[in-house]
Amino acid sequence: MKISYKATTQILIALIVISIICILINNLTVNLIKTGLGFSFGWLFRPASFALAEHPLPYSPSDSYAWALFIGWLNSLKVIFYSLLLATLIGTCVGLFRVGKNVLLRLVSAGYIAIIRQTPLLLQLMFWYFVAILGIKGTIASPIGSVLSISNQGINLLGIKLSAEFTSLLLGLSVFTSAYIAEVVRGGINSVDKGQWESFRSLGLKDSTGLYKIIIPQALPAILPGLTSQYLNLAKNSTLAIAVGYSDIYAINDTIINQTGRPIEGFIILLLSFLFLNLIISNGMEYLNTAIIRSSNPY
Amino acid sequence: MPPIVKATNLTKSYSKGILALDNVSISVEPGEVLVVMGPSGSGKSTLIRTFNGLETFDSGQLNILGISLDCQNNEERKIRRIRKRVGMVFQQFNLFPHLSILENITLAPIKVQKKKRDDAEQNALILLSQMGIASHAKKYPSQLSGGEQQRVAIARALALKPELLLFDEPTSALDPERVNEVLDAMRRLATQGMSMVVVTHEINFAKEVGDRILFMDSGKVIETSTPDIFFLNAKHERSRKFLNQIKKK
Repeated sequence: MKISYKATTQILIALIVISIICILINNLTVNLIKTGLGFSFGWLFRPASFALAEHPLPYSPSDSYAWALFIGWLNSLKVIFYSLLLATLIGTCVGLFRVGKNVLLRLVSAGYIAIIRQTPLLLQLMFWYFVAILGIKGTIASPIGSVLSISNQGINLLGIKLSAEFTSLLLGLSVFTSAYIAEVVRGGINSVDKGQWESFRSLGLKDSTGLYKIIIPQALPAILPGLTSQYLNLAKNSTLAIAVGYSDIYAINDTIINQTGRPIEGFIILLLSFLFLNLIISNGMEYLNTAIIRSSNPY
Repeated sequence: MPPIVKATNLTKSYSKGILALDNVSISVEPGEVLVVMGPSGSGKSTLIRTFNGLETFDSGQLNILGISLDCQNNEERKIRRIRKRVGMVFQQFNLFPHLSILENITLAPIKVQKKKRDDAEQNALILLSQMGIASHAKKYPSQLSGGEQQRVAIARALALKPELLLFDEPTSALDPERVNEVLDAMRRLATQGMSMVVVTHEINFAKEVGDRILFMDSGKVIETSTPDIFFLNAKHERSRKFLNQIKKK
């Protein structure tokens, strides 16, 4: 009796899933026939005929759509990579301040986390772009002169020029994600038994040494899963680049869809490229996770 | 010789006005074994944890090895100077689970005393063989029994060559058949002249090894007597009541 009930439920669920997929495929085919364009990727090799402000590799409007998309992918990769580093750096520091002994730092970091987590990312990106960067009058130069200069054209750091769009996206993504990473770090550190702190302190070790040698190695297994999901979020959030006019893969894809009228193919490419990117991130983190668990708990 | 520990009128209150330490005065002489007894919540652990700055206090004076501690532990360096000279063994062992037994013991000598790794390891192996567990040097804490882990914790505390050892209920978390191996190690340390403050419920250990018994209740020192007097003829009604209760167990 019970078994047949279970089987019926399973079959019912399978039927629902299959019919939804069928409806979607049907929709797609009908629409493709209606537009009369069919399903093809041949357009990828036609010239893009639009300019790109930022391209890590040589690019001109006479290059193909495929090349433009690849440039966009590289631009995405670039901003994601540097944001990951910066967000991890800021997030770790803020997370450590949050559990530290200094009362002022603890309050400031709590405030930072609260403000950043409770405002939308889009709003923060707008702030960085329109207020913080484009709002600059003249050039702000650090006392070291030629090392760092900031203007509404972006940042010039040791001769490396970062555009205003890249800078605001980098800061926006990093600051936003750092607040979440700080909470992940704090949670990980709090998960380590209080006795471990007392134990290293009673041996005369400094808090900084104990944190590095005793607490963080034990907190890492608890930190990494949370960190991975923040990294994946950051990668996906990078598509908000379009709001500040940075030519990431989403923005370029958007332009291409407008020009070619091929949203289905365009979105398939977009989906696949993000799937690929996030698989790299999550596999890398998984590898790190296994390595750390193995080294911190050898038996 | 001046006392190793000199506490005068130590007072500490937790929130809700409960006194953890109520005007506690006590001194520990060099080479002395002071056993601290009392019901749970009587302030025994709090008292010995103030001796190495793990716990703050509200008022009174505390002088450890000639260094006077301020009550709120604001002077980090001073406290670290004391901690380098005072070892502590905890109820829950608190070994570092991600480090091998050898690394557990050599960490402080290398990082705090700036010893060479080879020297620190050699010394650690000597300590481990004194504790009868030299064969476990390459293992990790989770592979050892509770009694073995606690002996590693003692070796770790000894590695800094402390002038005072604090024991906070070192056998309370052990299986009954593992208690004696730890007490034996402590006994040997006492005969070697180590100054020790031991919080414990082990009556036999207190009788044989203790030079003096400090009995506490509700944060107050009720009495300080030699074991002979305390166990046969305790001065205070409260002490006798406590002894009757633990003997029943």
